[in-house]
Amino acid sequence: MTRQATDTYRVNAGDRAPAALVLEDGAVYRGLSYGAQGTAFGEVVFCTGMTGYQETLTDPSYHKQIVVQTAPQIGNTGWNDEDDESSRIWVAGYVVREPARIPSNWRSRRPLQEELARQGVVGIAQVDTRTLTRHIREHGAMRAGVFSGDGLATTDEMVARVADSPSMAGADLAGEVTTSAPYVVPAEGEARFRVAAIDLGIKSNTPRMMSARGMEVHVLPATATMADVRAIEPDGVFLSNGPGDPATTAHATALTREVLDRKLPLFGICFGNQILGRALGLDTYKMRYGHRGMNIPVMDTATRRIAITAQNHGFALEGEPGARFTSPYGAATISHYCPNDDTVEGVRCHDVPAFAVQYHPEAAAGPHDAAILFDEFVALMEDAR
Amino acid sequence: MPKRTDLSHILVIGSGPIVIGQAAEFDYSGTQACRVLREEGFRVSLVNSNPATIMTDPEFADSTYLEPVTPEFLEQVIATERPDALLATLGGQTALNAAVELDRRGVLERYGVELIGADIEAIQRGEDRQKFKDIVRAVGGDVPRSAVCQTMDEVRECVAEIGLPVVIRPAYTMGGRGSGMAHTPEDLERMAAYGLSESPVCEVLVEESVLGWKEYELELMRDYRDNVVVVCSIENVDAMGVHTGDSVTVAPSMTLTDREYQQMRDVGIDVLREVGVDTGGCNIQFAFHPDTGRMVVIEMNPRVSRSSALASKATGFPIAKIAAKLAIGYSLDEITNDITGETPASFEPTLDYVVVKTPRFAFEKFPGADPELTTTMKSVGEAMAVGRSFVEALGKALRSMETRSLGFWTQPDPEGETVESALDALRTPHDGRLYTVERALRLGATVEQVCEASWIDPWFVDQILSLVELRAEITEAAVLDEALLRRAKRFGVSDRQIAALRPELAGEDGVRTLRHRLGVRPVFKTVDTCAAEFAARTPYHYSAYESDPAAETEVVAQRDRPKAIILGSGPNRIGQGIEFDYSCVHATLALREAGYETVMVNCNPETVSTDYDTSDRLYFEPLTFEDVLEVVHAEQESGTVGAVIVQLGGQTPLSLSRRLAAAGVPIVGTSPEAIHLAEDRGAFGDVLGAAGLPAPRYGTATSFEGAKLVAEEIGYPVLVRPSYVLGGRGMEIVYDTEHLASYITRATEVSPEHPVLVDRFLDDAIEIDVDALFDGEELYLGGVMEHIEEAGIHSGDSSCALPPITLGKADIERVRASTEAIARGVGVRGLLNVQYALAGDVLYVLEANPRASRTAPFVSKATGIPLAKAAALIMTGASIKELRARGVLRATGDGGTLPPDAPVAVKEAVLPFHRFRTPEGHGVDSLLSPEMKSTGEVMGVDAAFGMAFAKSQVAAYGPLPTSGTVFVSVANRDKRALIFPVKRLADLGFEILATSGTAEVLRRNGVPCAEVRKYSDDTGTTSGARGPGEPTIVDIILDGGVDMIINTPYGNSGPRIDGYEIRTAAVARNVPCITTVQGAAAAVHGIEASIRGDIGVRSLQQLHAAMAPAGDS
Repeated sequence: MTRQATDTYRVNAGDRAPAALVLEDGAVYRGLSYGAQGTAFGEVVFCTGMTGYQETLTDPSYHKQIVVQTAPQIGNTGWNDEDDESSRIWVAGYVVREPARIPSNWRSRRPLQEELARQGVVGIAQVDTRTLTRHIREHGAMRAGVFSGDGLATTDEMVARVADSPSMAGADLAGEVTTSAPYVVPAEGEARFRVAAIDLGIKSNTPRMMSARGMEVHVLPATATMADVRAIEPDGVFLSNGPGDPATTAHATALTREVLDRKLPLFGICFGNQILGRALGLDTYKMRYGHRGMNIPVMDTATRRIAITAQNHGFALEGEPGARFTSPYGAATISHYCPNDDTVEGVRCHDVPAFAVQYHPEAAAGPHDAAILFDEFVALMEDAR
Repeated sequence: MPKRTDLSHILVIGSGPIVIGQAAEFDYSGTQACRVLREEGFRVSLVNSNPATIMTDPEFADSTYLEPVTPEFLEQVIATERPDALLATLGGQTALNAAVELDRRGVLERYGVELIGADIEAIQRGEDRQKFKDIVRAVGGDVPRSAVCQTMDEVRECVAEIGLPVVIRPAYTMGGRGSGMAHTPEDLERMAAYGLSESPVCEVLVEESVLGWKEYELELMRDYRDNVVVVCSIENVDAMGVHTGDSVTVAPSMTLTDREYQQMRDVGIDVLREVGVDTGGCNIQFAFHPDTGRMVVIEMNPRVSRSSALASKATGFPIAKIAAKLAIGYSLDEITNDITGETPASFEPTLDYVVVKTPRFAFEKFPGADPELTTTMKSVGEAMAVGRSFVEALGKALRSMETRSLGFWTQPDPEGETVESALDALRTPHDGRLYTVERALRLGATVEQVCEASWIDPWFVDQILSLVELRAEITEAAVLDEALLRRAKRFGVSDRQIAALRPELAGEDGVRTLRHRLGVRPVFKTVDTCAAEFAARTPYHYSAYESDPAAETEVVAQRDRPKAIILGSGPNRIGQGIEFDYSCVHATLALREAGYETVMVNCNPETVSTDYDTSDRLYFEPLTFEDVLEVVHAEQESGTVGAVIVQLGGQTPLSLSRRLAAAGVPIVGTSPEAIHLAEDRGAFGDVLGAAGLPAPRYGTATSFEGAKLVAEEIGYPVLVRPSYVLGGRGMEIVYDTEHLASYITRATEVSPEHPVLVDRFLDDAIEIDVDALFDGEELYLGGVMEHIEEAGIHSGDSSCALPPITLGKADIERVRASTEAIARGVGVRGLLNVQYALAGDVLYVLEANPRASRTAPFVSKATGIPLAKAAALIMTGASIKELRARGVLRATGDGGTLPPDAPVAVKEAVLPFHRFRTPEGHGVDSLLSPEMKSTGEVMGVDAAFGMAFAKSQVAAYGPLPTSGTVFVSVANRDKRALIFPVKRLADLGFEILATSGTAEVLRRNGVPCAEVRKYSDDTGTTSGARGPGEPTIVDIILDGGVDMIINTPYGNSGPRIDGYEIRTAAVARNVPCITTVQGAAAAVHGIEASIRGDIGVRSLQQLHAAMAPAGDS
């Protein structure tokens, strides 16, 4: 057996250029440039996952966010050709403590910093990410900027530039991440169902998991109308995850109402959960620092069982765990909640075939405990036949 | 579901003595379990034979039985206590095996005891190799490919499919005889043929080798609702082929992508469910092929394990505590995460730091033992370190080990080492392998070369390369500026390491001064289970260096109560084990009660002291001067440090006392000067002289010539040793000049900066061990122990009895007076341990240790006196008089004035000889000597000595025989003393076998016996009527024809080879082997008691109540 380093690309920390992370409240964290140099603005959020940085970076839900990795050693497994969750890196900026000098994994093709640089992602390393995370925890996710190279300026200038950048509240971002044209992911084996998946920032693994269960997935742009959906003659409709403020998605919410009117089986994930909730008359709100990680418990109020889930959301639905409420589409229940803070993690309709969860059954990255929800979607579509 | 209401009384089984592979971690888990169950309102009964544990303290259970963890004794306890349920998953393999056996014998059913937290069938499914493989395959997992073969053709066919190398395992051979790894077709032919011939059923298992694959472990928990969480992933730096207990390990895993990690998690959870682990914890091991990523499942432990303790400390998720809660009917979501105080335990901890564990070995204790690391665990302890990066944690872990090297570059490089020789050394796993990696890289080896030689993942090798590069920078820099210094500290490099590279900085102190002047100090972060997502309520801290000088430190100010900082004992090793942790834990409990905020500093993940709720604050830090000083500084910044206690953690903290005191740290108790008085031979001699106390004559020498002169002057035999040692390191009894010469050659390597001490060795003396408290005024004897073996065997390896079995009141009073004189002369405040030898009616003082001793917990269990607690209170200013008045100590009398009918407690040492082999595959000698070799101890307690001794033997080694064959072969000088005990055995119906000389003496004294051939007769001349070809005694022992062995060797004069072969055969067959006259007499007592069958069980609470003088509460 040979064990070879997959690459000998090494960066000595001392050789890197200075960089700064500046928060809108004036907090400044100095470090060294990582990936591309320049300037990047976004909402600074922390992600507590210990694995899966490649999936995290390519998750469209992180669009316009500066992601802080709490796991201190990042880049150890390099960058491979299989684990992207979309066609590109979406994070606006990247904050880590200790980047790997070389990657080591049999699937690695190149070092992470090379990929960050190639895609122009401005990052910063050697930041005390724990101090930063505690700051975000206490003061909330907020606007921030990563500055390096020519982007570096005086603290006042950098703070001023952050203050000028757009805010996440009220941001309608689905249009920026959605597919420009419809495409089809064929079913593995015999196609038993046809699904219209509204792409609000969909991850690759979602159609993959549907396909594995005999679904032919027609991924439609966020602008798809009911006519577009009906044209496919779907057995079910899927609302994907995605970035931005759910309060801005009047179009998707209206589309969802039409799906509910027609009693088409509906399944939503993350952003899709918020949209279904809004269609049912619930409100959404911005959380202080959100849920971003892969260790988050979710309680199913019907079975009293826990799933450990991957999550990535900064907004949530209003609601009390287990509460039954009356919606324009009949009775519905807050079916899932997070026992850490009792936030809403899922809604289920009783009079129409629709349910959604705030977390990520498609995982990637994260645990697979909730994969069974795709089977529930299958059951829902079977029942509706 | 809330907790079960149908149970009210639970029996917990502990793991017995500390042995390699089953150590203090089960005291930690058992203690947590007992705490939880009592908090939940259950009555708790406990069985554990190990007196050095916290769990066996009378206040941790309602009824505590220091009885052997065997089905027989457990049944007696069950019959007495009638518990509703049995919890056995927190006491290691020992407890689990005992529970399985109780079930098999129908005991559980007979007494209506429910086994909770485990399911017998699940245990068997998890532990049966073939069943387990089938389960893994059934859930879609992969296992190493294998086939059972009965012919060479089948073997060849199988290997054609799975490829070389393969592991050959013959079926039904003992101790793995005939197994091995075949790398070449020639190996295969030879080994498989041998394996087939060795197997009584002519069958071998041929298995695909996973040697060199990447090794991982997952710690999982499941509740009765089938919720499963992964608490921690652990990656082994050493690849498959080195036991995980002997590997350097890292948490969380460093070199897996999410896809592979989740694959491991999925299979782990599926296997756990399929095996059917009801509730509780389990550990599953995996291997990944480094080039293809193929993942196989290796094995599982369906219980709390050593890795669970590590995972608990590494994550802050208390596995054992939660396992106990799950066993009594809670589900994970019903249990609160203590650390956050808000979120539930139904989550998976996430780490924003890196944890490194390094093993501690003791090969120096077993000369001749093969130091190659294999799949058999050989380490005796471990240290864990937490840092913000792998290299930082690694540096902290290496300097926690207290080995000669305190991190890279602190010892001179081996002379003449080359890239080739270093790479060659890396091909064989060995202790200190990462040091070799560093040197190989520094000599110019590439990362690829090192990976190829060592099978260590390139990522780890590259991390060490970054240290090599840093070293060059530090060495070459014109000046050490703040930036470079800060960077070095971020890489986990100690002041001492920097000092080694920059001699002009005037040593470690110079580096520290410079560092402090430049404002480079660590921050203290928190282990909080959640990467700072939620606020932590539990101050469980570790130090780290950040680039940002303004990085946050998380130590919260507390200025209401004074702080007491207790320094723990570091990694377990032979000579410094769990006993010291016991004393530290007691100190924290006592001082918390006395109004202090207690702060624990320790780096041993196996212990109760490093449980985050033992002390008010926990610092998981190396016990070096630098690290301790920074902790003290952080605590001084956040409040008032009233007391620093160095006296309870053994030699490790004690050795820091002078420097800490010099740095202004408020050390309480016996002063560093007084410690020096006791430890320095000359100064101590003056103390003894002033008090008129005799000591064996001695001298010191720095050369062989000098030692020879001293020895001749005081007369052989002499005891030689280096100064300042713990556990008798490097100590030997020397009988002649030749032997002395060979010792000096070896010993000067042990400790070059200290001279060799030469003491008169007292033949035929009774050794006495005393633990006492002294407050400056009054002496309080904790206990006076009489060693069963004569002086000359290390006190840690010797069995002893309390109360002393042959000493009269006058002797004890003499001991009291001498101990008081020493305590006064040295200036002890707190605990004092003195060793005496009584020879020819003279009470010689052998040594005094002004600190908690190894025997402190045993004495406390035997007498009911809370020695360590009292010591902590005395150190912080209380007097014995006050403690008597407050009821901490008995109002009248002490451990020297036990009532005449006090039960007798016997301590027996447990030795690890069966773990070690010479490179040629032979056993190592099991002879006891002044050098301590035992890993743990047990206690047997009963109304009289014989019964107590019998129990101690059962607990340590298994029952003494009550019938059968006893083999006797003793040195000439012991023959007379052994006639009576052997005659008694013959009278009791034992058949006696003896070698010619011993047989002759026995027959002349009317003891019937049969003569057997010595081992050395095998190839030499025939002896008497016995011709070659007849079995020798070694053959008979190996064939199971002997039930007990009495074999006393004597220095150089006895038949050494015979003794060695006999003793190693005894170890191989697990036959009781007694190597001293006194031990033989004690064994006869024990056998008589066993035959009478009047050995019962009594709880410690009952025993202590019986011992309290009338009128005492």
